[in-house]
Amino acid sequence: MVAPVFRNRILPYLLLLPSAALVLVFFIYPAVQSLELSLYRVHRVRGVKLYVGLENFERLFTSTTYLNSLEVTAKFVVAVVFFALAISLALAVGASQPIRGFGAYRTLLIWTYALSPAIAGLIWALLTDPAIGVLTGALSKFGIDFNWRRSQSDALIFITAAAVWKILGYNILFFLAGLKNIPRDVIEAASLDGANAWTRFWKMIFPLLMPVTLFLLIMNTLYASFETFGLIDITTQGGPGRATNVLVYNLYNDGFKSTTGIGLASAQSIILLGIVATLTVFQYRFVSRRTFYQ
Amino acid sequence: MSAITTSSTVRQEVRAGATRQRLYPVVMHLVMAGAVFLVTFPLIYAFILSTQSTHLGTLVPGSALIENYQDAWRQANMGLLMRNTLIVALSVAVGKIILAILGAYALIYFRVRGGMAILGLIMLTHLLPLPVRIVPTYELLTDLGWVNTFQGLTVPFFASATGLLLFQQFFRTVPTDLADAARVDGAGPFRFLLSILIPISRTNIGALFLIEFVYMWNQYLWPLLVANSDQTRQIQIGIKLLVATDAVIDWGTVMAGALMAIVPPLIVLLVLQRSLMAGLTTATDDV
Repeated sequence: MVAPVFRNRILPYLLLLPSAALVLVFFIYPAVQSLELSLYRVHRVRGVKLYVGLENFERLFTSTTYLNSLEVTAKFVVAVVFFALAISLALAVGASQPIRGFGAYRTLLIWTYALSPAIAGLIWALLTDPAIGVLTGALSKFGIDFNWRRSQSDALIFITAAAVWKILGYNILFFLAGLKNIPRDVIEAASLDGANAWTRFWKMIFPLLMPVTLFLLIMNTLYASFETFGLIDITTQGGPGRATNVLVYNLYNDGFKSTTGIGLASAQSIILLGIVATLTVFQYRFVSRRTFYQ
Repeated sequence: MSAITTSSTVRQEVRAGATRQRLYPVVMHLVMAGAVFLVTFPLIYAFILSTQSTHLGTLVPGSALIENYQDAWRQANMGLLMRNTLIVALSVAVGKIILAILGAYALIYFRVRGGMAILGLIMLTHLLPLPVRIVPTYELLTDLGWVNTFQGLTVPFFASATGLLLFQQFFRTVPTDLADAARVDGAGPFRFLLSILIPISRTNIGALFLIEFVYMWNQYLWPLLVANSDQTRQIQIGIKLLVATDAVIDWGTVMAGALMAIVPPLIVLLVLQRSLMAGLTTATDDV
């Protein structure tokens, strides 16, 4: 800890004031209101507000739509996190090999970081379009009929693939940074060349990458849960049926597409808060204190 | 006899090892080039589609390149979308950097009673992503009269726990002598901040700018709710409107629009990726 250098009673508070005020106004105050509204039944148009206790939560946990949404989200998040971490780890380790010319791969592999989930979704929608998609065309040659507009399981695979693709760049960037922090002689000793490369990787490199991996585990879980709304809205819109109706999409529909769903949507917000809080506790317990990157 | 056999086997093994050592980089180059191709293929495919006027699921480039890009530019009102989104992404990136630097500066270089509490308050933002407070925040925006305004698109994003932590971490690594010397020389807190601390924070500023610019450029849910006028509409929503039509969707035009929308964040990434990489490698050092 640095000893305070400058003495001034008021200045530091003035410097912190804008941040603190913005947090209070745009984060704490609305969050408290979410909590309050979750206990009310609200009619948007008529402006009626009725205290109902935990009724909204009861309704959610007995609603097949919401339970399905929880299940879909769980499957989606687990699949995205697993494939995104596995693929990006493999690619980052490959690209970090001390071989001449590999710097180019390091640049060429991180570009998907610049993509938005929505545009990633659009591109994959066309890649796997049932009629004109080049990937669906290739799959049909193997007798696989892939149709995310009709098949519920195909739809989940489709949004997973697009979501994984978009986050690869981000993950590879962090894995590359993590690998760069590992001493050179360890990397060289564990070079993928030669016998037992597999064992040496898991025994030497992987444990040293554990902090980055855990950090990305949290960030990818948050990404898959909260940042994929655009991907789904621009492609499947929660369908077919409710196959891709993830929690945030369900919340959006209740909160903004229905006149009576404000209380229900707020209760969903509070459930999401519970999920984030759990992740944050995990983060602080196991991932140690390090900077969060969006 | 047996000795000769052994030595020749060893020689063979050594030769095999040397061959493998020479072949290894070549094989790895092939593997990695293949990987890059696979990761980039969807984008290449999107580009091919953006040149076609009819889409038959082929990889043959068409001749409608210019036409599609012109259509997309006109239909989506791309110039205005770019301007609107640039205003938002730049203001939020710069605003967040300024607030984060000021906050971290106060916490590290001054004695702040209750500093930990204030830091804790700002850290709460990590617990509260938009979906957790979306309905009341939207209503707050309506009450403020900020729907369809740039304030509404930017101000709720200005507070940054990420940035505050990043600069706090960095300021801790700056030798105290530097500030002491500056003070002895008669420099006030602002002189020190502006002429010493900010210049040596370039890398972190670059890293945070990249992260926030890309983050804001790719915003979807919030702009969908609060920016529905031509004058404020954000680019992701503009692209959505190309698809959300009752008419037959012209995929060549849609892909042209999507590809144009990728260009600005891609440029920022290319320019600043070194800063981000350097920021990450130093930030992860002290844990």
